Amino acid sequence: MAAVAGWLRRAWAHDLAWSFRRSPVTILAAFLTLVCIGGALFAPWVAPHSPFDSATLNLSDGFTPPAWTAKGSGKYLLGTDDQGRDVLSTIMYGARISLGVGLAAVLFSAVLGVSLGLLSGYLGGRLDAFIMRVADIQLSFPAILIALLIDGMTRIALPRDMHDQLAVYVLVLAIGVSGWVQYARTVRGSTLVEKNKEYVQAARVIGRHPLAILLHHVLPNVMGPVLVIGTIHIATAIITEATLSFLGVGVPPTQPSLGTLIRIGNDYLFSGEWWITVFPGLALIVLVLSVNLLGDWLRDALNPKLR
Amino acid sequence: MPTDPANRALVQLLDVGRDFDVSRPWLNRVLEGAPRQLLRAVDGVSFEVNRGETLALVGESGCGKSTVARLIVGLYALSRGRIEFDGLDLAAPGTDAAALRRRMQMIFQDPYASLNPRWRVRDIVAEPIRVLRLAATPQAERERVTELLRQVGLAGDDGEKYPHEFSGGQRQRISIARALSGNPEFLACDEPTSALDVSVQAQILNLMSELQERLGLTYLFISHNLAVVSHIADRVGVMYLGRVVELAEAERLFAAPRHPYTRMLMDAIPDLEMSGKSRTPVAGEVPNPLAPPAGCAFHPRCPHANARCRAERPVLAGPATAAVACHAVEEGRL
Amino acid sequence: MNAPLLEVKDLRVEFPTRRGTLLAVDDVSFCIAPGEILGVVGESGAGKSLTGMAIIGLLEPPGRIAAGEIRLEGERIDNLPPERMRRIRGRRIGAIFQDPLTSLNPLYTIGDQLVETILTHLDVGRDEARSRALQLLAEVGIPAPEARIGHYPHQFSGGMRQRVVIALALCAEPRLIVADEPTTALDVSIQAQIIALLKRLARDHGTAVMLITHDMGVIAETADRVAVLYAGRLAELGPVREVIHQPRHPYTSGLMGSIPKIGSVKRHSRLVQIDGAMPRLNAIPAGCAFNPRCPKRFERCTAERPEPLQVGNALASCWLYADGPR
Repeated sequence: MAAVAGWLRRAWAHDLAWSFRRSPVTILAAFLTLVCIGGALFAPWVAPHSPFDSATLNLSDGFTPPAWTAKGSGKYLLGTDDQGRDVLSTIMYGARISLGVGLAAVLFSAVLGVSLGLLSGYLGGRLDAFIMRVADIQLSFPAILIALLIDGMTRIALPRDMHDQLAVYVLVLAIGVSGWVQYARTVRGSTLVEKNKEYVQAARVIGRHPLAILLHHVLPNVMGPVLVIGTIHIATAIITEATLSFLGVGVPPTQPSLGTLIRIGNDYLFSGEWWITVFPGLALIVLVLSVNLLGDWLRDALNPKLR
Repeated sequence: MPTDPANRALVQLLDVGRDFDVSRPWLNRVLEGAPRQLLRAVDGVSFEVNRGETLALVGESGCGKSTVARLIVGLYALSRGRIEFDGLDLAAPGTDAAALRRRMQMIFQDPYASLNPRWRVRDIVAEPIRVLRLAATPQAERERVTELLRQVGLAGDDGEKYPHEFSGGQRQRISIARALSGNPEFLACDEPTSALDVSVQAQILNLMSELQERLGLTYLFISHNLAVVSHIADRVGVMYLGRVVELAEAERLFAAPRHPYTRMLMDAIPDLEMSGKSRTPVAGEVPNPLAPPAGCAFHPRCPHANARCRAERPVLAGPATAAVACHAVEEGRL
Repeated sequence: MNAPLLEVKDLRVEFPTRRGTLLAVDDVSFCIAPGEILGVVGESGAGKSLTGMAIIGLLEPPGRIAAGEIRLEGERIDNLPPERMRRIRGRRIGAIFQDPLTSLNPLYTIGDQLVETILTHLDVGRDEARSRALQLLAEVGIPAPEARIGHYPHQFSGGMRQRVVIALALCAEPRLIVADEPTTALDVSIQAQIIALLKRLARDHGTAVMLITHDMGVIAETADRVAVLYAGRLAELGPVREVIHQPRHPYTSGLMGSIPKIGSVKRHSRLVQIDGAMPRLNAIPAGCAFNPRCPKRFERCTAERPEPLQVGNALASCWLYADGPR
């Protein structure tokens, strides 16, 4: 316990924490991100209603406007949608999917990209040339298109009902594959630099296996920029998932994400029931903006030249 | 070159060569019709390092001395020639090169880049112990690391710190501790004090001498600084453009250098004594190593060059304690 | 005695940091006479480069001159607005830095860079500027200047580039050149050439030189007087022969002893070593900064900081040379 307290104390006094404390925008962003993550994580306990449990739904409660408007009700804080689901609760459950897919996709991207970048940078030669050409080719396509492509291919490959079950995993795969390139390129660049440093040569003289050198010596030293890219990539991944779901090719309607909710609500936007699409939209904006701001701060804080 | 039979050489280089392909990328070559370009960093180097001695290799940048050190420890592969350690050819198919290489270690020039900034000092020093499985228990390993740190003049609990908490001189000590932890017999030292302040350099050189005496180490000491070398070396090899031009006992080399390049190097050293002795002016610069001069590599800058020097490459001739590669010396013109 | 060209009095350079203010140069004073070469020597962290930067006016913020005066030909230059300092820099003070690779702009030919500098500072026409540039290139020893004036920096070797940098420093005919480690990045044989060149040019043009380096050998070859810095303070200042052969300050003697010299010492003998290391700027001991490492220290050294005291022709900041009881 004392060790943890000591670590916390040192972490607080660290340069990073000092830079964090100085920036009110960052503190706000961190707070909002925590709120979003908290709401999403603890949705089953914290949400006022269970919007996907058809037993608790009351169709006649549908299209209730937000609580502060004339016809609103305190029971449904942000109103209900066409099927009587509480918008606030659907947002919390939706954020779960959005965040979950976003984080998983980023993890996948990062692992794939960092591995390829390390191998490419360290081994060089034909392998490096091949991986970088694949990366270049992939970069000439928009990420959404790549994700759509992978999604489309799995739809064709898998039978219908299986696809719905695996939709989330396919989505993670699709967004993950569409994003590995920036990790790979950055890590490759850093690896090329570290490879020539004398501590790596010392490890070679000691007789360590190249994979051991990559994992134990090079990887810890190239991870810095990966953290920054990852944080900003979370925002992009969430948006990509939302876009795909909005287009109808993302998560199935039984597990709606924020994107799906926006799509559902879109149909009712011009007939007056604006809250069904606006609130999920706002939630998405707040989430993505806070994560982006956090990523910005992290990038600047870790940049030795700006210190 | 006849060697002293009593002193069996620990490391022997026989006509060693190393080329680097510095050609432009394939596509550029095809489009521009440019030829392949080969840099002969080391070209026909032969010498031996005897047990317990310190052999220094000196020369200016680009002469190939660092490449020679890296060839011996295996960081680069040989393009030509043979390297023998304790009488066994490192590249021969039957030899257990890995086992032989475990008896060598290397110390590098840059104290800031030679230690992994993310590792604690105790892990850095213990790495060879772990890889070579020299400690039976973690406790034994810890004790050995503490002993090594003390041996190089640091405190036992410095092991808990990270490299950035140490100064350049202290980091070099950590590098030495790491090199020693594998119990090597041979240490290749690539400019270990060039990046250090003069007073720190003195500490490190003294430390290295002490350790050599105490542990019976053999050093190959690479440096561009002749004064430093004069303090630590038993024999000195002078390199120029990938070739050894003179190889002699230190006292003999410094008292009476024979090769014109060695003389030029000695003259170029700033005279701290300010004795006011007259010095021959230094001429020219090192030529482009991609297009070395024909014959003797030094002839464009040599005041004694003749037609033979421009055509025929001189061979390192003489005993291992006093060898020179120079036509002028051979012909008695010098 | 001639009025000094450069006068530095009680110079203090500070670095405010999060953890307090670091004093990198602490009450350093010296003068340079016209045409003289002053060596400023010290190990890393002694403050010699910062002193040079303060004089040229190129201290990087947050570093700043906290106190003291810098006078060039009688006029104060440490408190000038940046625009005026810019005009002095280049015209009256030239600068040579360590790395010839980054001192020259790789995108312009050396001819362009020379001509531009001449045109900025001297009131001459373009043709005149070009012929001056050619003349300078010949003076610094670039072979075939007519042909090479149109070349880019990467087409020159390290030693040649440094010669071009020297030409650049000289082209506006400055009264003082501040050279910060001009030969450190060069091979020994080239180093000797550059040192000889600097000496000759200083003599021919009557330019004073402030030569900052950690290499005592270069100082011995080139300088008339030398200032030894330790932990931001002046340890010793005097004629080069005296400081090198009869060092007064114990740090200087230790430094001279630890330099390996060819021939004068027996091989494999121990070099004189000064134990410990120069203190970090945030941990300078009370009294004399050198006292923890000094073999000759006594009580006064740990309590009071020594001022530069006159000892023969030299100044030494050491209580050994104070009159009165030890």
